[in-house]
Amino acid sequence: MARYVLKRLAIAPLLLIGIVTIAFVISRLIPANPLVSIVGERNMGNPTVVAAAEARWGLDKSIPAQYASYMGNLVRGDFGTSFRTKSSVWDDLTERLPATAELTLAALLFGAVAGVLLGVVAAVKRDRALDHLARLFALTGSSIPVFWLGLILLFVFYARLGWLPGPGRLPPRTLPPPHLTGFYTIDSLAAGNFSLFWNCAKRLIMPAFVLGWGLTGIVSRLIRASMLDELYADYVRTARAKGLAERTVMIRHVLRNALLPTITIIGLSFGALLTGAVLTETIFSWNGIGSYAVEATRTLDYPAINGVCILGGAIFILTSLVTDVMYAVVDPKIRLS
Amino acid sequence: MTVVLEAVTVSLVPARHPFLRALRRPQFAIGLGVLAFWILMIITVSWWAPYGPIEQAGDRLQSPNSSHWLGTDTLGRDVLTRTLYGARYSLPTAAAVIAFTVVIGSSLGALAGFRGGWIDTVIMRFSDVVLAFPPILLAMAVAAALGPGLRNTVLALIVVWWPIYARLLRGQVISIRHREHIEAAVSVGVPKRRILRRHILPLATTPVLINATMDFGQVVLLTASLSFLGLGAVPPTPEWGVLIDEGSRNFYQWWIALAPGAAILSVVLAFNFLGDSLRDVFDPRGRP
Repeated sequence: MARYVLKRLAIAPLLLIGIVTIAFVISRLIPANPLVSIVGERNMGNPTVVAAAEARWGLDKSIPAQYASYMGNLVRGDFGTSFRTKSSVWDDLTERLPATAELTLAALLFGAVAGVLLGVVAAVKRDRALDHLARLFALTGSSIPVFWLGLILLFVFYARLGWLPGPGRLPPRTLPPPHLTGFYTIDSLAAGNFSLFWNCAKRLIMPAFVLGWGLTGIVSRLIRASMLDELYADYVRTARAKGLAERTVMIRHVLRNALLPTITIIGLSFGALLTGAVLTETIFSWNGIGSYAVEATRTLDYPAINGVCILGGAIFILTSLVTDVMYAVVDPKIRLS
Repeated sequence: MTVVLEAVTVSLVPARHPFLRALRRPQFAIGLGVLAFWILMIITVSWWAPYGPIEQAGDRLQSPNSSHWLGTDTLGRDVLTRTLYGARYSLPTAAAVIAFTVVIGSSLGALAGFRGGWIDTVIMRFSDVVLAFPPILLAMAVAAALGPGLRNTVLALIVVWWPIYARLLRGQVISIRHREHIEAAVSVGVPKRRILRRHILPLATTPVLINATMDFGQVVLLTASLSFLGLGAVPPTPEWGVLIDEGSRNFYQWWIALAPGAAILSVVLAFNFLGDSLRDVFDPRGRP
């Protein structure tokens, strides 16, 4: 067990180096000139300005030299300076990470809870109308374009009905709560500002639903399948034979065992959630990593693109490691080696 | 009890082709029907549509009415016409991505599984790294670097998607090559290349087919996402992602984005229906 974790931990940095390398190669070998976005279209004809900018950003050195200095800087925790915001990529990322984390965790919570409920209903009522409805709901969640769903929900619940607030993490002309965790819901509660908390929580509803629906589908399908697998197990027959209520058998015995594979899926769906976050944040003007990535790619801001890729890769590697280990801890039948 | 009965009937009744069994499921039929509709549109829309996809067909921003069933956009173009023409971009793009990733990914995976050794290590570690990227970030980075346009979208998505098939095929080849019929073929001296082509690969096609069907929908989604973010198809191309982007710029004219989004949903749902029922039929143990 310890050896397995150590082995995985040892591979993680290698994977990260691979990610950095690929991101670097993509950003440098392709004939698109980042200088345009630094000095502006108009100054491109001015050789003095161009040369100065090249020297300033190290673009005049050879590609291997650029790679070496980039790697050296990364090791020291320096992700470079964004062409677009002109501030350190590391600062940009840490400033925006809480927004994405708050959104992703809310979506994860919604997706997991709704998915488990739906999966249990589908398994108990298998092959009946409710089961088919749950299946359709699940499939729709993984088929719907999140950016379109976001637009429609905004139009209906914000513009037409006015039930929910519009895009953004905060009401217009409102200062964020004093920084504690960076999660506006938690920080506003800590500051005792309940009306702000309520508003921030309401602002989370639509984006979290949009982002979490796909996950709901995956989780509910899996719960249903593994519950049906367990239904014929000996221990279930025993539980029924000793006269337990059907409800108790389902929740305490079947669901408990069916939850195991779900842990893996939830852990591994982090990558998919991050993908969804890019689009969800764009639609809901959410100031997180996703919208940062979009702005960076639109302006060919390579240091920022690479920073987001490294951060995303690191999160992905870490979550899959934690998932595997957690799975082994929860399920004694699995011995990692 | 029912399980036992099913097992008995399955073994007694001569099995018809699984594809025919899949066809009898309503899910499969619906998926096929939706797909047939869009293919029909791709072929025929230019024959009968009253407006062209980039033609100014009337006043700007009309809401749905009798001459423009789904209204017009900011430039007075007919939204319904543009949505129907959109299939000509989204579906062939996704088909190209799937075709290339299946061929490239499967070849690399089969090579890795069949040869083993350092070739296996290199290919698989490389695919590990690609898979460690959140897919959309890698696609965005490649697409941004290559520049806009659907051809570059195809390239970007191939870069993101090939490892899935490399892994799939490698696993298949490794599990199949230890079966008895391969041992028999080796012992009578069949050349390696022929063993791979005639005795291993045919057995590995079903999972690839099922995966490709499921992935087709996801590729349609990702293509539209890239276009929506301004990294794929460019206006005035009536690609669905572009149309939704135009709709989001005219938020209160809801009809501009409604139909293209529904079109994407219908196509992706159709492929999920198809893949789901194919998996049920070919691999009943997979997911009940």
